[in-house]
Amino acid sequence: MRLRERLSKLGGMKLLRGTKLSGELARLQDQLDHLRADPTAEEIWQSVELARHVDRPYTLDYVERIFDDFFELHGDRGRADDPALVTGLGKLDGRTIVLIGHQKGRDIKERATRNFGMAYPEGYRKAMRAMALAARHGFPLVTMVDTPGAYPGVAAEQHGQGGAIARSQAAMVRLPVPTVACVIGEGGSGGAVAIAVADRVLMQENAIYSVISPEGCAAILWRDAGEARKAAAAFKPDAVHCVELGVVDAIVAEPEGGAHADLDAAAELLEQGILAAFEEIDDLEPDERRRQRREKYRMMGVLASTA
Amino acid sequence: MSSGQGRVDVEVESKRPDEPADGKAHPNSCPGCGSHYRDDELKETLRVCPQCGHHFRVGARERIEQLVDIGSFVEEDADLRSADPLQFFDLRPYAERLVEAEMETGLGDAIVCGAGEIEGDACELAIMDFAFMGGSMGSVVGEKFVRSCERATEACVPLVSVSASGGARMQEGILALMQLPKTICAIDELHESGGSMISVLTHPTTGGVLASFASLGDVVLAEPGALMSFAGPRVVSQTTREKLPDDFGLAESNLRYGHLDAIVPRSDLRGTLAQLLRLFART
Repeated sequence: MRLRERLSKLGGMKLLRGTKLSGELARLQDQLDHLRADPTAEEIWQSVELARHVDRPYTLDYVERIFDDFFELHGDRGRADDPALVTGLGKLDGRTIVLIGHQKGRDIKERATRNFGMAYPEGYRKAMRAMALAARHGFPLVTMVDTPGAYPGVAAEQHGQGGAIARSQAAMVRLPVPTVACVIGEGGSGGAVAIAVADRVLMQENAIYSVISPEGCAAILWRDAGEARKAAAAFKPDAVHCVELGVVDAIVAEPEGGAHADLDAAAELLEQGILAAFEEIDDLEPDERRRQRREKYRMMGVLASTA
Repeated sequence: MSSGQGRVDVEVESKRPDEPADGKAHPNSCPGCGSHYRDDELKETLRVCPQCGHHFRVGARERIEQLVDIGSFVEEDADLRSADPLQFFDLRPYAERLVEAEMETGLGDAIVCGAGEIEGDACELAIMDFAFMGGSMGSVVGEKFVRSCERATEACVPLVSVSASGGARMQEGILALMQLPKTICAIDELHESGGSMISVLTHPTTGGVLASFASLGDVVLAEPGALMSFAGPRVVSQTTREKLPDDFGLAESNLRYGHLDAIVPRSDLRGTLAQLLRLFART
C-alpha cells in the first residue's frame, strides 16, 4: 500500500494569527516552539479539561466583548426557540455580521435552560434562518462552536436531528458571504460541525474538536467510559492535531492558564483572529468563495490505494 | 454474492465486537418471528422473511445484484483503502481491524461505487455495506461517495445511494467527522449542475451518515423497519433516561414525522428506483 495523499498541510501551517497584542511576542514564540512537538497524552487531556472548564468563556461572553449593538434573534419560525444555540446581529469592527453560536449555562438553572449547549433540531433550524438572513443582506457570518454534541433525545429525533444537522451544513456550504467558524470550547461531533463549515475555521488553543466525546469513544471501543483519557490520546481532539490534519485553518492563542483566566484578553485575541481571517476572504467573489470553500473540504481525509 | 478471493460467505458467524451483546442468534434466524432459513433461501427472497416480512441486512454486492440490470454494473475506485492517519490503537490497532474487515467481507471499505442501469436507465450507485466495520464512514467512504457524485455530474445521470451505517468511523478521529461536510459539498456541486440524488436508507442509518449525505437526497426512501436516528436508542435511553417509544427512530416513525418521502419494501425497491430515474431523467 502506498499513501496517495499525505498530510499535505503539515508544512504550510498557519498558526497563531491575531498576535498583535504587545508584550505577547516572546510567549507566542514559546508556543510556536511548543507547537512543533506533538502534544502528549497528558497535554491532550489538559485541553479536554480546559475546554470544559466551568469558568471557560461561552459564546455570549465573547459576544458582549467583541460585537457592538448586538441584537439577539429568537426562534426557528416553525416550532420553538432553542436556548442552546443563539443567533443575532452585531457590529464587528464597524460592519454588521450575523452571529451563530452554541450557548452553555453558567449556573445550574441556566445549564438546564441551555441544555448544556446541546441543541435540538429547532436550534439548527434557527441557525439556518440566520444564515439565510446573512445571505439575503450580504452580512458576513461568524459562528462559535461549543457543544458536547447535538441533543440525543426522543423529541430531538422525532423533530429530525440528523436531517437538521445535514441541512445546516448544506446551507453553510452554499452561503455567498464570507464565513468564519471559531471552535471556542467543545467541538462535539455532528452538533458542532453543523455550524462549522466555513471559509476559515479557527480553534482556540485549548479547545477540542472531535468525532465523538472521549467518554463515548471509551465506552464503545474500550467498553469502559472511564478510559476517556486513553480515548482522547488516541483520537487526538486538540488544536495542534486539528491543524496538522488540515481540519482547522489557524489556532487562536489564549491567555496564560486558559481563556477563563482572563476573559477580556481571550476575547481580544479571538477578535484579532476573526478579523485576520476575514481579511483573507473578504475580497473574493461569492462564486469563487464558494468554490474555494468546497475545494477545501474536498481535500479532507487521508487515503491509501492498492493500485 | 459474487465470487471473490478471500471472501467469507455470510453464513459464517463472525464475532463483531461492535454488535449489541444481546442474544447470539444465528444471522439467518428471523428476529421478527424466529423462523430460520438457509442462506440460499434468504437470498432468493431478497433477504426478506417470507413469514413476517422482516428485512435482513443485505451486503453491498448483493444489493447491487438486486437493483441493477444484469451485467450493467461497473465498479470504480475499488483500489481505495483506509490509511491510518492517527495510528489509532484502542484494544487493537485500527490497521488490524481494517485487514480483518477486508478478509471477512471481501470489500476494500464500507462502500461500493460505480455506474449501472436500472430497467434500462443509467445511474451512478453508491452502496454501503454494514458488514465492514459497521458501515462506518471514514476517509475512504467519503472520498468514494464524492467521486460518485462527480461521475454522476459528468455523466448527467442521477445518483442512487443506499446507506447502512453506524456513523462516522471513530478510528479516523476528526477526519471522519470532516467527511460529513465533504460529502455535503459534493452533493451541492451535483445539485448545482442540475443533477439529482435518490437516497435509500436501510437498517441502520445513524449518526454521521444520517447527518450528512443520506438525508440530502432529492427523494429520501427507507426500507421497512430501518432504524434511522442521529443518536442510537441505547445512547438516548442512557443519556436522557427517557422511555423510548416502541418505534423509536424507525422508518415508520420518521415517515409520520415528515422526514421521509416513502417506505419501500425491498421487493418494490428496484421498480421504485426505476420510476424515479424516469422522472429525473434529463433529456
